[in-house]
Amino acid sequence: MPKDHGIGASSKRREDVRFLTGEGVYTDDMALHGQTYAVFVRSTVAHGRIKSINTKAAASMPGVLAVFTGEDFKDVGGNPAGWLIKSRNGEPMREPKRPVLAHGKVRHVGDVYAAVVAETYQQAKDAAQQLADDTVIEELPAIIDMAKALADSSNRVHDEIPDNQCYDWGWIEDNRAAVDAAFKSAPHVTTLELVNNRLVPNAMEPRASIGEYFPGTGDYKLTTTSQNPHLTRLLVAAFVLGIPENKLTVVAPDVGGGFGSKIYHYGEEALVLAASKLLGRPVRWTAERSESFLSDAHGRDHVTKIELACDKEGNFLAFRTETMANVGAYLSNFATVTPTFLHGTLMAGPYKVPHVYVNVKTVFTNTAPVDAYRGAGRPEATYSLERVIDKMCRELGLDPFEVRRKNFITTDMFPYTTPVALVYDTGNYHATLDKAMVMADVAGFAKRRAESAKRGKLRGMGLSTWIEACGIAPSHLVGILGSRVGLYDAATVRVNATGNISVMVGAHSHGQGHETVFAQIVADKLGIPESSVAIVHGDTSKIPFGMGSYGSRSLAVCGVAMTKAVDKIIAKGKKIAAHMLEAPEGDITFADGKFSVAGTDKAKTFGEIAFSAYVPHNYPLETLEPGLEETAFYDPANFTYPAGAYICEVEVDEGTGKVDVVAFHCADDFGNVMNPMIVEGQVHGGVGQGIGQALLESTTYDENGQLLTGSYMDYAMPRADDVPFYNVDYSCQTACTHNPLGVKGCGEAGAIGSPPAVVNAVLDALNAGGYKVDHIDMPVSPGRVWQAMNG
Amino acid sequence: MHNFDFVKPSSIAEAAKLLGQDGAQPLSGGQTLMPTMKQRLAAPSVLVSLTGIDEMKGVCMGDGGLHVGAATAHAVVAKDAAKHYPALAALAGGIGDPAVRSRGTIGGSIANNDPSACYPAGVLGSGSTVVTNKRKIAADDYFQGMFTTALEEGEFVTGVTFPIPAKAAYVKFNQPASRFALTGVFVAKFKSGVRVAVTGASNNGVFRWAEGEAALSKSFSADAVKGLAVDDSDMISDLHGTAAYRANLVRVLTGRAVTAAG
Repeated sequence: MPKDHGIGASSKRREDVRFLTGEGVYTDDMALHGQTYAVFVRSTVAHGRIKSINTKAAASMPGVLAVFTGEDFKDVGGNPAGWLIKSRNGEPMREPKRPVLAHGKVRHVGDVYAAVVAETYQQAKDAAQQLADDTVIEELPAIIDMAKALADSSNRVHDEIPDNQCYDWGWIEDNRAAVDAAFKSAPHVTTLELVNNRLVPNAMEPRASIGEYFPGTGDYKLTTTSQNPHLTRLLVAAFVLGIPENKLTVVAPDVGGGFGSKIYHYGEEALVLAASKLLGRPVRWTAERSESFLSDAHGRDHVTKIELACDKEGNFLAFRTETMANVGAYLSNFATVTPTFLHGTLMAGPYKVPHVYVNVKTVFTNTAPVDAYRGAGRPEATYSLERVIDKMCRELGLDPFEVRRKNFITTDMFPYTTPVALVYDTGNYHATLDKAMVMADVAGFAKRRAESAKRGKLRGMGLSTWIEACGIAPSHLVGILGSRVGLYDAATVRVNATGNISVMVGAHSHGQGHETVFAQIVADKLGIPESSVAIVHGDTSKIPFGMGSYGSRSLAVCGVAMTKAVDKIIAKGKKIAAHMLEAPEGDITFADGKFSVAGTDKAKTFGEIAFSAYVPHNYPLETLEPGLEETAFYDPANFTYPAGAYICEVEVDEGTGKVDVVAFHCADDFGNVMNPMIVEGQVHGGVGQGIGQALLESTTYDENGQLLTGSYMDYAMPRADDVPFYNVDYSCQTACTHNPLGVKGCGEAGAIGSPPAVVNAVLDALNAGGYKVDHIDMPVSPGRVWQAMNG
Repeated sequence: MHNFDFVKPSSIAEAAKLLGQDGAQPLSGGQTLMPTMKQRLAAPSVLVSLTGIDEMKGVCMGDGGLHVGAATAHAVVAKDAAKHYPALAALAGGIGDPAVRSRGTIGGSIANNDPSACYPAGVLGSGSTVVTNKRKIAADDYFQGMFTTALEEGEFVTGVTFPIPAKAAYVKFNQPASRFALTGVFVAKFKSGVRVAVTGASNNGVFRWAEGEAALSKSFSADAVKGLAVDDSDMISDLHGTAAYRANLVRVLTGRAVTAAG
C-alpha cells in the first residue's frame, strides 16, 4: 500500500491551491502606493557604437520622472561572472564588464542602453520611443557565427578581446596525449558534427522587478523574479550598486517558472533599485514577452565535433570532443561554468571508457547572453555521446542496446572515478536499461513497426542512457575549479510554542513543489502531521543564506540542511525530555512524535516539549537555553549522479516529414524518492522540454543579428498534442551514499536524457525506411526531415 | 497601445458612413489588428466595429449556395455550416484555437488576406462570391496577392456566398509555431470541374493550382496528382520550410484532400 503521508507519499501539492485559484502573488501582482513605471530602451541593432543620446525631449514628456542612460552607471560596478575558468595555456578567461545599461556600445538586439521612469506605463512607453528616436547608433558589422568570430580579430564584440574568445579550455589537458594515441590505434573511429540548438527559456511568467527605497531607514527592497534571492542580493550589494548587504532585502515571491533563466542577476533589477532611491518612490517593471525573447539568458548553443574510438565489437576506447560554446554578448553569471564543468566532466557518460578529452572554446557574439538552462551542459554532453554511439552502431551493424550494456560501468566498480574527474558514488545502469526495455516492449517493436507501415508511417525507436551530476555542489571542489561562491545550502527549523513548525529554507520554489515535499520530510522525521509544517522561502529578511534552486539541488542540498536542523531539534528535545521525565538523556528515545524513557511508559509528546521550551517553568535553564529553533548549513561531499534509460518511439510521415512522438518510456534512478507524484511531474516537464528542443524549438539569428524567432509566431513551443502520454518509472533506486536522505535529484533529468532518444528514433525510422541519413540537426522539423529524405 | 475611439454601428450603411472619417479602420474579430495595435505597429484613431451588424452575421442557404455573413465567427461557421457545407465547416473549426475561433470572423480573415490563413483557400477553392457594401466580387478577382485584395477605400466585406460542390475537403499542414497553415489545400469537385486552392505556400498569397485542377478534373483521385510537378519558383522559403518543401506539400496535401473528400 502506498504511503499516504510523510516521506514517500504522493502528497498533493499544497501550493497548487493558490496557483490554480488565482491566489498566487507574483511580482507583477503587487500594487504599491506611489508606484512608478520603468520602461527600457533596447537596441534594435546587434552591434553598434552609441554616438549620442539626446534625453531632453523624452525627459520633458508628460508624466516622465527620470531618464537614465549608460552614462549614469558607468562608474558603478559590473555584474560579475560566477566562475573564473582558465584556458589550456594557463591564462585566465577574458571577463568583460557587464554594465547596468550599455555604455559606448550596444552588443545585441535587446541590449538595454537607456531607461525611462514615468507615472504610468503608457507614458513611459511613449518616452522610451522618443528616446530611441533621439539616439544615434552607428551600426557595426554583427558577429554571429562562432567560427568567424574566432577567426576575425578585426571585428570585436568587446574591443579589448581580439579574437572574441572567452577561454580555450581543455579537460583534462594532461589526458590529451593518451586520448590522441588511443584514436591512432583504434580499430574504428566514428565522427559526428552536430549543433546543440539555442533555446529561449520561455518561463510562463516574464521577468519582473520592483525597487523600493525607504528614506527613513536607508533600506532598499527588491522584489524580483529570482531563483535565488541571496545570490541576487550579494551581486547587487557587493558588486553592482555597493549597497551594504544588511540594507538590502531581496524578495522572490511566487515565481512562475525559471528553468535557469532566473538564477542570474540582470541589469533591470539594479536600475529599478537605483531609480527608487532617486525618486523616493517604488519603481516597477514587468518584461513584455518580446523582451523576454530578446533579453532572458538563453540556453545551449554549442557547435560540436565528437569522435568515438572503439573496437569492432563496439567496446569504447575513447571519446574526443571539440566544442564551440556561444556565451552571447556578455557573461551571464553561470555562463562560463555551463559549457565546462557542467559539460566536459560528463563526457564519459555511464560508460567505462578509459580515455576522454574535451576541448571547449567559448565565444562572444552579438547575441543575447547564454547561460544555464534546465540541464545546463549535461544535455549537451548526453546528446553528443548518445548520438555518436548510435552512429557507430549503424556503421558497425551493432545493436545499440547491447553496445550500451557492454560498456556500462558495473555495480561492483563503485565508487568509480571517470577519466574526466568525477567520482560516481553509486548506480545501476543495467537495471534502468533492463527496466526501460521491459516498459517499452522492445521485443514487440517489429510488430508495431509493421502496423505503422500499414498506415503509411515509418516507425523508429531511439535509446538514450544518460547520467548527470547534480545536487550542486561541493564548495571545496568548485572553489578549486574557479567558482567565486560556495554551493552549500541552509535551513532554519523553528518550532513554535504551540508545537507547529516554520521552516525557513535557502532553496527557492518557482513551481517545484518545495512547500509540499519539504513539509513531508519534516513531518515524517518529527512524527507530526504535514499540515503542522509551513515552508518559508524567497525572502532574504526571513531565510538563512542559501544558494537557491537550480542544478537539481533543492532536495539534495537544502533538503539535507533541513534534515540536519531537524536532527538538532530532536537532540535538544531529548535534553528537555530527560529533564521533564527525570531520566538520563541517554535513556530518551524519540519515535512517532514522542520522547520516551526506554523500557518504561513514561513519555512526553513533541508538543509538550515544544511548549516547555517556550514556557520553561520546568526546564533545565542552568544548562540549556530556552526556545526550540535550529539552523543547519549543509555542504555536500560530492555531486549526486542520477541516471537512467529513455526509449522513444516515433512515427515519421514520409510525405510531409512530420515526426510524431508516439511513445516515451523513462526508467530513472533518482535514489530515494520523497514524493513520487512530484517526481513524475518533474520528469514529464523535463521530457516535454527535451522533445521541444529535439523537434520544435529553434532560436535563429540572421547574419545581422536579428532574432528571427522572437515571438510564438515563429518560436515553436511544445504543446499538449506534441507530446505523448509518458511512461515513467523510478523503481530502480540506488540511494545516494553521501547524503542522509539518499536522494539524487530529478529536476533536470528529463531535459537531459530525452533529446538524443528522440533524434535517434527519427534516424532509426528513416534508415529502416531506406533513407541513409546519419544526422539531422535539432530541431528535427518537418522541413529538415523531408530535406534529409529528399536531399 | 495608443488611444483610439471605438464605435459599434448596427447597420451596413451606418458603418460605411463612419468608415469615411479620417483615420478610421474597420474592426471585426480583431485577431490581427488588436495584436498589431498592442505592439504599437498600428494606431488607428477610430475603430469601427463590424460585429454589431445583424445583417452581417450568421449562416443561411439561399440563391447561389451558402451565405456566410462577414461578421460570423469561425466557431459559428464550424457549427452552423456543418450540415450545408461540411468541408467549409471543418476548415473553420480548424482555425487557431477555441479563443481565436470565438472572436475571429470570415470577413476579417479574407479582408486581411494573410498568405497563411485558411479561409482564403476555402473561399477561392469554392469559387465563391465576396459580397461587399458596394458590389459582388468573384473570388478569382478578389484575392490579389499577399495582404492584398480587390477592396477599395471605404469598401468592406459584408458576406461570402459559397456554391456547394459535390465533394470537397481542406487539408492543412501546420507551421509548428504559429499553427497557421505552412501550406493548406482546399479541393472542391463541381460538375464543371475541380478547383484546387492553396494557401501558405506562395509569395503571391492564395492561388489555384492549375495543373492539379486539370489532372483532377480528368480523374478525381489521389493518384492523379502523385507524379505532378509543382512549380516552386514563387513559393515562400523561410525558417519553417524551403520553397521545394512547400511545393512538395502542395502535391502531397492535394492528394490527401482528394482522399478526404471521398
